[in-house]
Amino acid sequence: MHVPEELWYTKEHEWVRFEGGGRARMGITDHAQHELGDITYVDLPGVGKQVTQGAELMVIESVKAASDVYAPVSGTVGEVNTALADAPELINKDPYGGGWLCVLSGVDEGEKARLLSAAEYRALLERQ
Amino acid sequence: MGHTTYVPHVEEERAEMLRAIGIESVEELFGEIPREVQVERLNLPEGMPEIEVERMLRALARRNRTDLVCFLGGGFYDHYVPAAVDAILQRGEFYTAYTPYQPEVSQGTLQAAFEFQTGICRLTGMEVANASLYDGGTAIFEAMTMAARCTGRSRVLIDQAVSPIYRKMLHTYSAKLRIAQEEIPARNGVLDQEAMSAALDDRVAAIVLQNPNFFGCIEDYTGIIERAHGVGALAIMSVYPISLAIVKTPGEMGADIVVGEGQSLGIPLSFGGPYLGFMATRKSLVRKMPGRIVGMTRDAQGRRGFVLTLQAREQHIRREKATSNICTNQNLCALAAGVYLALLGKQGLIEVAELCADNASYAHERLTAIPGVTRTFKAIFFNEFCITLPRDARDVIGDLIDRGFAAGFPVGRYYPGMENVALVAVTEMRTKEEIDRLAAALEAVV
Amino acid sequence: MKLIYEQSRPGRRGVRVPECSVPRAKARIPARLRRKEPAALPEVSELDVIRHYTNLSRLNFSVDTNYYPLGSCTMKYNPKVCEKVARLDGFAKLHPLLPQLRNGGMLTQGALKVLYELERMLAEVTGMAEMTLQPMAGANGELTGAMIIAAYHAARGNDKKRFLIPDSAHGTNPATAAIAGYGVTPIPSDGEGCMDLKALEKELSDDVAGVMLTAPNTLGLFEKHVQTICRLVHEVDGLMYCDGANMNAFVGRVRPGDLGFDVVHLNLHKTFATPHGGGGPGAGAVGVVEKLRPFLPISRVIKRDDGTYALDYEAPQSIGYIAPFYGNFGVLLRAYAYLRMLGAEGLREVSTHAVLNANYVRVKLREKYETPYDRMCMHECVISARRQERHGVRALDIAKALLDRGFHAPTVYFPLIVHEALMIEPTETESKETLDAFIAAMEEIAELAETEPARLHAAPVTTPVGRLDEAAAAREMILTA
Repeated sequence: MHVPEELWYTKEHEWVRFEGGGRARMGITDHAQHELGDITYVDLPGVGKQVTQGAELMVIESVKAASDVYAPVSGTVGEVNTALADAPELINKDPYGGGWLCVLSGVDEGEKARLLSAAEYRALLERQ
Repeated sequence: MGHTTYVPHVEEERAEMLRAIGIESVEELFGEIPREVQVERLNLPEGMPEIEVERMLRALARRNRTDLVCFLGGGFYDHYVPAAVDAILQRGEFYTAYTPYQPEVSQGTLQAAFEFQTGICRLTGMEVANASLYDGGTAIFEAMTMAARCTGRSRVLIDQAVSPIYRKMLHTYSAKLRIAQEEIPARNGVLDQEAMSAALDDRVAAIVLQNPNFFGCIEDYTGIIERAHGVGALAIMSVYPISLAIVKTPGEMGADIVVGEGQSLGIPLSFGGPYLGFMATRKSLVRKMPGRIVGMTRDAQGRRGFVLTLQAREQHIRREKATSNICTNQNLCALAAGVYLALLGKQGLIEVAELCADNASYAHERLTAIPGVTRTFKAIFFNEFCITLPRDARDVIGDLIDRGFAAGFPVGRYYPGMENVALVAVTEMRTKEEIDRLAAALEAVV
Repeated sequence: MKLIYEQSRPGRRGVRVPECSVPRAKARIPARLRRKEPAALPEVSELDVIRHYTNLSRLNFSVDTNYYPLGSCTMKYNPKVCEKVARLDGFAKLHPLLPQLRNGGMLTQGALKVLYELERMLAEVTGMAEMTLQPMAGANGELTGAMIIAAYHAARGNDKKRFLIPDSAHGTNPATAAIAGYGVTPIPSDGEGCMDLKALEKELSDDVAGVMLTAPNTLGLFEKHVQTICRLVHEVDGLMYCDGANMNAFVGRVRPGDLGFDVVHLNLHKTFATPHGGGGPGAGAVGVVEKLRPFLPISRVIKRDDGTYALDYEAPQSIGYIAPFYGNFGVLLRAYAYLRMLGAEGLREVSTHAVLNANYVRVKLREKYETPYDRMCMHECVISARRQERHGVRALDIAKALLDRGFHAPTVYFPLIVHEALMIEPTETESKETLDAFIAAMEEIAELAETEPARLHAAPVTTPVGRLDEAAAAREMILTA
């Protein structure tokens, strides 16, 4: 499983990239997309929705499962990946790139303390 | 052993199987269950051979008065079921099959369900339909919870001319949900549009309408639906599918969720079930729709095939977050409806609907010509109407039973103050002669 | 095959509708209330319809044509006489509103007698005080049971918030609890596949409305601590709900009421031989102990002193109406006929042979397949494809390979707590020859998994279509013609 070094992770298999200026882009990991199988629909959150770290953010449906996606950090939904409406398979094909889910704004990088580093996330996957 | 022939094992096989398992008697199979909670023999009647059971049930069937000429409706109608419908239902390949979780060996069930969905959409004027729900009442309940999910709101306005049988069910089902139901009293046998408009606000998830309504009246609800949309509420409409062959469709009126009881489409009355709930909606709301849905796709060789789709919404995957706890549809009843719609076809269904309406017109004219019997409402009806009698409808209808008629339904049972009103339904099954005889009998008893 | 809608020929007719014998009154319904265009229904002949649907039926597996070792579904044979009696005019043409006319119960004595006696018989089978036959399917029965439990707690002034449900439960259980207004706390299973008593004790508190337990459980095992669980739950005034989906293991021998359960639902389309219909209609009778009787749905069928039957609508504490009338009567009638044919002794033979068949399959398969809970099972056994997975063959591949060999697949990937689960329920109506043929097919597949796994990945190849693209179906959403 691909686990890029520069990203931060959650135990629920979300990734987050801090882009500066209080912005954080997030998605689900390669492991998560593999476990879900063919993704068929993403119930994207509304722009402006406010979430706290660990809260339910959206639901992703695949052929065999519907999974809740949790906010890896607190913030306000500033941007969503509208391309997923027509091509949810982007998450399967490119989970860390074209398959990003949304950008949260107003985030506090201090919340990193409750996230996993790439090494820690890799260790988590190995344990499972 | 030997008390049922539906167990094929002979003694020798039983012994061989026990040996393979490594035990001596069948009692050991149940060795983990404490003795004190095992019963030796249930207190049930002795088993009987098939021939005796059939004889007994024939005798019981004779004790049901299906000989009465039926003018009873109330949402459940005595329509003709062409013989070909039952010929298909009796195919063991259909009725002894399981839910189509293995699509490769269930294409018959799946394609038939896809065709049923198509028929419901074309009849209602909607874009998508599910593969059926339990019955018309639970279908309204499911539509209400769906509307609450779609809008994030919890207030529902229900026209009191929606079937009281279903409204009672809705109270049961929503007792534990945070859905507040408000009933809008009907006026002159139809929806009080002003009262409903006045009750509309931005907390309303949906309005619930029925066409024809319980009193048999038909209306154009376009205006009230527009007003509901104006405050962001959805419009749920319960319909009688036979009427849709000629009556303005919920799709044409702008309804968002259409439900109904499909019993009239080739399913026998059978003392209350099994019946057929159906539900149709717009494509944009399909992911919020409960129940099984069949979709078209293909296999690796490009052959067309059908599968249960959007299953992620369902209980076996979503568990406590599912859109509903339903795990079956009424598949065989939906098959009956699909076959019925194909047999009657585009022209036949119109003819059945016109015949029902014409017979009802004639019956209405004959019955209201009797001195003391009057028309209850001015509104236009389809094949069922209310008449006001000079005395309690329950007694009049009771007297007509002695003359061989199930003449209608006493409306006062559900609507206090309407004790003298009878609801009379007329289908294509009734002949002029039967209607004339009913008129004569009614004249004699009022 | 073409859709019936693709076979349409403008002008072709299937049924001749009678001429109107009364004066036409077409103008009575004005244009503003009429639909603009006729519904685009098929235009086909009766033969077109019969041939189309007959040919469609031939694309199906069914109990009448194939063996269905489908765990948790009890796909037993459906006796034909039950179909015949359900079609008698005296039942099929009976209007459900007749009993509401004056003295109406007397118009339907035969039907009411069937309902009354079926309730009595099922109460005896389950060890319950009273039954309702209204629920229209198993899940509908569950909901009815959960509502009765909620009504009981409300009447007692109990402040209950959640159900405890084992992690091996059917998905309907948590979905039902949620609709009945309760939260759900999952309870893990112990190493032997039963509910973990310690975990249960930790979660038990005054806010627990009840425990929903499948008995036997979804691993096909007798829940060893069931009596202790019932006692503990009763101590906090919680109620014990029995999901009776697996009643085929108990019928005629063990009664949920005697085990300590307060509410049980039965799937008549499983244990009592009514057909599955390709996914309904079913019937989900619910039984309750004496103290829950006031909360049962209305109407109730009663027997008067003079031996006649009537409907009683007076029940102030009732949860109300679950079905528009008396449940799926046509299905209930089939179950009634089945019960009358079998009687007490016949029913006991049902569970005896259901359990015999399941254990026979279990011991025969354990050489080639992992059996995670290898002890005496009830009516079904759960095996795992863990060994085959090493060769890249998964439970789904085994399921599809069975289709090629003329067997319906077992239930796969359930219960969720078994890795690569295959859940096999033979039922009592299958003979040893059939089981042996199935076992031979399973052995052959296990060998292929080691030697030629690619052949299993390609399965099925003999069916009308191969594995279908479910992702495309969900993404493209072609739901009508």
